[in-house]
Amino acid sequence: MKKMITAGQYLILATASLILLFPVIYAILVSLQSASESVSYPPVFIPAQLNWQSYVKAMQTAPIFRFIFNSFVVSVIVTVGQLITASLAAYAFSFLTFPGRNAIFYVFLSTMMIPWEVTIIPNYFTIRELNWLDTYQGLAVPFLASAFGTFLLRQAFMTLPRELYDAARIDGCGHFRFFLTMVLPLSRPALGTLAVYSFLMTYNQYLWPLLVTNKDTMRTVQIGLAMLQWDQAAAWNSIMAGVILVCLPAALLLIVGQKQLVRGMTAGAVKG
Amino acid sequence: MVWRNLGRAALYLGPSLLVFTLFVFYPLIKSIRLSMHETNIIGVEKYYVGFSQYVEIFTAGNFGHNLWLTFLFTVYTVIPGLIIGMGLAYIANWRLKGIGLFRTIFASPLVIAVASASMIWMLLFNPSAGIFTFFLSKFGLSQVNWLSDPKWALFSVCVVSVWRALGFNTIVLLSGLQAIPEQLYESARIDGAGSFRQFKDITLPMMSPTLFFVFIVSVINALQTFGEINILTQGGPAGATNVIVYSIYREAFFNFHFSFASAQAIVLFLIILVLTALEFLILEKKVFYK
Repeated sequence: MKKMITAGQYLILATASLILLFPVIYAILVSLQSASESVSYPPVFIPAQLNWQSYVKAMQTAPIFRFIFNSFVVSVIVTVGQLITASLAAYAFSFLTFPGRNAIFYVFLSTMMIPWEVTIIPNYFTIRELNWLDTYQGLAVPFLASAFGTFLLRQAFMTLPRELYDAARIDGCGHFRFFLTMVLPLSRPALGTLAVYSFLMTYNQYLWPLLVTNKDTMRTVQIGLAMLQWDQAAAWNSIMAGVILVCLPAALLLIVGQKQLVRGMTAGAVKG
Repeated sequence: MVWRNLGRAALYLGPSLLVFTLFVFYPLIKSIRLSMHETNIIGVEKYYVGFSQYVEIFTAGNFGHNLWLTFLFTVYTVIPGLIIGMGLAYIANWRLKGIGLFRTIFASPLVIAVASASMIWMLLFNPSAGIFTFFLSKFGLSQVNWLSDPKWALFSVCVVSVWRALGFNTIVLLSGLQAIPEQLYESARIDGAGSFRQFKDITLPMMSPTLFFVFIVSVINALQTFGEINILTQGGPAGATNVIVYSIYREAFFNFHFSFASAQAIVLFLIILVLTALEFLILEKKVFYK
């Protein structure tokens, strides 16, 4: 009886997985079909033979590796930037006492209530004024600070024992050295969470890169994909090949950093 | 001493505050200013018009209708997303060997960016060779023009949005389920409560803060939907999917009517502000009364 229940549970899990992943599985299958298979009706599921040509075609139609490279550069800049700005700010909120600390904390909090779409028109003007259209700094600089990251790290810093701080102070350790040599190394899990989270968010950005890039050489992955769609000669198989290529880095990140990602996602939900 | 500390704090907070000032607070104020001025084609303020843009968006254009569409879109995506997410989280919480693999699979829509997801679904929706057309014909149903029929377009885009949201919803709801102490279920079983009673009297009440959090985040995300619309329907057919962020984007970057777009953006801001404030108030309360 117990075995039957377990088997039933696996069956339910497998069915749910199959339905959920069906779009992705089908996309992979189509990417391995020939051009004619991918547009035929009734639709072909399993290609007659594996056709890697579609990946070559996708790379010829659009500079996909250039797009991936651009997205990587922007994502790394944003991730490193957020780690620096957020950990510094989180340190001030957890280890420094100064007048107006709560007020400034609320200022940080308030940035989470202002949706990016609301500020996008003036931000576009700012980037245009600075002549930063079609540049990495134009793509990255507006995202170099994160209220969410500051909260996440503040939460982690506050769990560090107060005695650690007192001992360091007695030894004559200054704030910045304490921050660098004690607080940061002891908070590696939280830093990892923020890194994985902000990398993925930046890699998958859509609206901002759509506005501030025009040249093909500066396009990021999510915008670049559209090039495959515009090309009349491209069939579904090469479009899907492009989609799969672009998704690979993010999928790897899910496999490697799932724990960090989950911690980041749930940071807001389960408190205390 | 106090002033030295303040100076030090300024060094630590400075970088973040600088970015927030330039790219969050200044543009918010600028958006409000733009919404009260007539602007030229490159967005320079020409003269002050007060609140007339706000009156105009609700009386002249399609903004009222677009808000309604956004509301429908929100209802159609948030509720299915919560129900399916809860179901997936429930089965992902079973204690079985290899459950980690299923959890990764359930989380996977999370990493597929909006553009990639939209391309994949465009293939599935494709009316001439698409897989849905094929399935429908198998059941003897007539073909549906998923994206080009005004009756179906909003629904079709919602399907894509729900699918994309499932990864986040499942992960967060699962963490909520895992946080429920096992002893509660044990004592309920001793008292003879069946699995439905356990779900109703333990799982749901204990999950209410998590469900509420996912609900608010989903509503805010739905209000900000853009990518699916831009790739799959461009607001069409006949304006059937012209949700608010897409309408702002068109108004600003195609019609160059920046002040009009800014007024719409401020309305969106106010709606989201109320929702976020509600979220903070209620979640804080929940935490304190535990």
